[in-house]
Amino acid sequence: MNIVSSSPQKIHPHKFTLWIAIGSIIMMFAGLTSAYIVKGEQPGWSTVVVPKIFYYSTGVILISSLTMQIALKAFKERSMQQYRSLLTLTAVLGVVFIAMQIIGFKQLFQSGVKLEGGSGAGQFLYIIFGLHALHVLGGAIALLIMFLKAFSSKIRNYNSVPVEVISTYWHFVDLLWIYLFVFFLVKS
Amino acid sequence: MSNEALHGHPEVVTTHDVHHDEHHVHHHKETFITKYVFSQDHKMIAKQFLITGMIWAVIGGLMSVLFRLQLGYPDQTFPWLEDILGRWAKGGKISAENYYALVTMHGTVLVFFVLTGGLSGTFANFLIPLQIGARDMASPFMNMLSYWFFFGGSIVMISSLFIQTGPFSGGWTAYPPLSALGDASPGSKTGMDLWITAMAMFVVSSLLGGLNYISTVLNMRTKGMSMTRMPLTMWALFFTAVLGVLSFPVLLSGFILLLFDRHGGTSFYLSDIYIAATKTALPNEGGSAILFQHLFWFLGHPEVYIILLPAMGMASEIISINARKPIFGYMAMVGSMFAITILAFLVWAHHMFVTGLNPFLGSVFVLLTLLIAVPSAIKVFNWLTTIWKANIKFTPGMMFALGFVSLFISGGLTGIFLGNSTLDIHLHDTYFVIAHFHIVMGVSAFFGMFAGIYHWFPKMYGRFMNNTMAYIHFWVTLAGAYLIFWPMHYEGLAGMPRRYLDYTGWESFKQFAELNKFISTVAIIVFAVQLLFIFNFFYSIFKGRKLTKPNPWGATTLEWTTPIRPGHGNWPGEIPEVHRWAYDYSKDGRDFIPQTEPIGPNESHH
Repeated sequence: MNIVSSSPQKIHPHKFTLWIAIGSIIMMFAGLTSAYIVKGEQPGWSTVVVPKIFYYSTGVILISSLTMQIALKAFKERSMQQYRSLLTLTAVLGVVFIAMQIIGFKQLFQSGVKLEGGSGAGQFLYIIFGLHALHVLGGAIALLIMFLKAFSSKIRNYNSVPVEVISTYWHFVDLLWIYLFVFFLVKS
Repeated sequence: MSNEALHGHPEVVTTHDVHHDEHHVHHHKETFITKYVFSQDHKMIAKQFLITGMIWAVIGGLMSVLFRLQLGYPDQTFPWLEDILGRWAKGGKISAENYYALVTMHGTVLVFFVLTGGLSGTFANFLIPLQIGARDMASPFMNMLSYWFFFGGSIVMISSLFIQTGPFSGGWTAYPPLSALGDASPGSKTGMDLWITAMAMFVVSSLLGGLNYISTVLNMRTKGMSMTRMPLTMWALFFTAVLGVLSFPVLLSGFILLLFDRHGGTSFYLSDIYIAATKTALPNEGGSAILFQHLFWFLGHPEVYIILLPAMGMASEIISINARKPIFGYMAMVGSMFAITILAFLVWAHHMFVTGLNPFLGSVFVLLTLLIAVPSAIKVFNWLTTIWKANIKFTPGMMFALGFVSLFISGGLTGIFLGNSTLDIHLHDTYFVIAHFHIVMGVSAFFGMFAGIYHWFPKMYGRFMNNTMAYIHFWVTLAGAYLIFWPMHYEGLAGMPRRYLDYTGWESFKQFAELNKFISTVAIIVFAVQLLFIFNFFYSIFKGRKLTKPNPWGATTLEWTTPIRPGHGNWPGEIPEVHRWAYDYSKDGRDFIPQTEPIGPNESHH
């Protein structure tokens, strides 16, 4: 008899949905990076030097992953004061990351890498890093909502699922960034 | 049970969320807005998808009637066309530009908005919670968003019909450079921007829906409902969602790059182009239009199965119920659907055999493409053996399910021709291709959809559809489908290319003038019969024969254990527990044994 377990150990549907969504986002970036590989073999391809600031933004997003993890731990231990401040810190780091990406784009743009004209790694860089930044922004907005919820006096929230969902997503955009960054370092 | 699954640990969770939801299930007073418009009930969302899809089907079908008029009667004028289409049809004849717009929109609308949104949107939403025993989807809110993105995309797509430069006119596959250059044609201007916007919204809708379907099927099944006890509809809709979730994002990345080529001046798809209309040479270099084709068909081929799998699943279920026999080879059915899902991702380049693809690579794709014949044949074999020596009840649903099998065989066989890269040199872009995909994924998916509508209409609205109208609908549509598309194979074999406005100028295609007239006439008749179906649908919602018992077809599955008109939450009391698979028909001298009945001590093994 193979009866499906109804035990509470089963993964929560919302967490599971997130994992599938992550699969879906991976497919999107896989599509873009394979387009990069295909195009890199065409004539007229120009490479690009990745600005230094992207190394620093990598550091920022790595730290934000760490703060997110500690925030989750704090939530589970019900130390709400610590949770709220770490959540805020994570969101701020996320915004700093996006700002650094934009500065990176500006530097790249000023160094003469434009969207217009012949094909090259720069065109992909703007779009791929830009889309990644949008995904970080989505995460930051979700953090903001969590933040507002955490300060609401009416509702006392003991359900850790939303916090776990957002933290998994946050680690994912972190890992995604490392993949994309290494990809660009290797390919250009 | 489902509430527990939905909220994790109910004894721990004390947010207002839970209270809110339990209200919802039992006695929440709903306003008109929350019940019919921004509903989070999967059954209502399903009906919204269905009716929006039907409106789209009428629009898309009417477009085909209009361009079939041109193809069947290229030398005649129809002054009334100018009355309804205005400058699109000056002097009663559709202009070349607008003919392409009609063809393009017909394809886009039917592939995406009817047979993807309308088909899996309707039946995944309606059937998944009901058949696996859940109160609703994993996230009813996302589910609602899924519909409203679909609706928004629909509005944007429709609005492109009314702008001055007209809708996009470069074919539903939107190949660059026609899709990437505003100066390429009138339809490539604002029409294309609206097209991309609408499609992007559609992709978001599909993803939101698909995520929900997958996590609902995997996580929210009722007690006892193991994966292998699920009806085949569930497996089919599950694989459909997996395909969509993994392939639509790739299409979206293709669209994003396209958008930058259109407005950012990038060269992803463009290279060395001189536009005659504006007498300018473009600065773009190094782009590759073939890259778009790769990204497009990486979705495009799975899309075929996104359309077809729900029809396969529903046909399996309906055939088994009305044959009063267990489905033949349940695990083989599941396995073949799994094989189709995997292969769907590995065959996209067979749409690109003549793009200069490396012939060796081509031969690999030929092999993988022809491999799909194996799971397809297994499925056909299983349907046929299910009805073998069965005491068949010819309900309208069953008629359409059998019609689906017939069309799937006829259309599938010509796929073997087209899957060969050598034959494709002759057959690509001819009417042979048109005939093939219209039969195998267009009409047959429609038949699956009709089967589903006739079969589950009683569950949706508590009434039956009218049988007489249904039988007329079935026979005319089946005969009509073959009469329309069968002759097209001959035209295609003779090399008649698709997407041409007028064939009278070619000596080799002139011979088909009468045949084209015939095809157009039948197409008009078939379209008229679809209006009869629409009438039947809406008439029966209000005036159809009422259900007197909750399980009119004598089916084993869970949806028929709900009240005739289930509320939000589906089961008024506990969700039933499942003790057996979904296909115990004609077993141990009993007509059928519901899934909820425990296995008896002396019961035989299936």
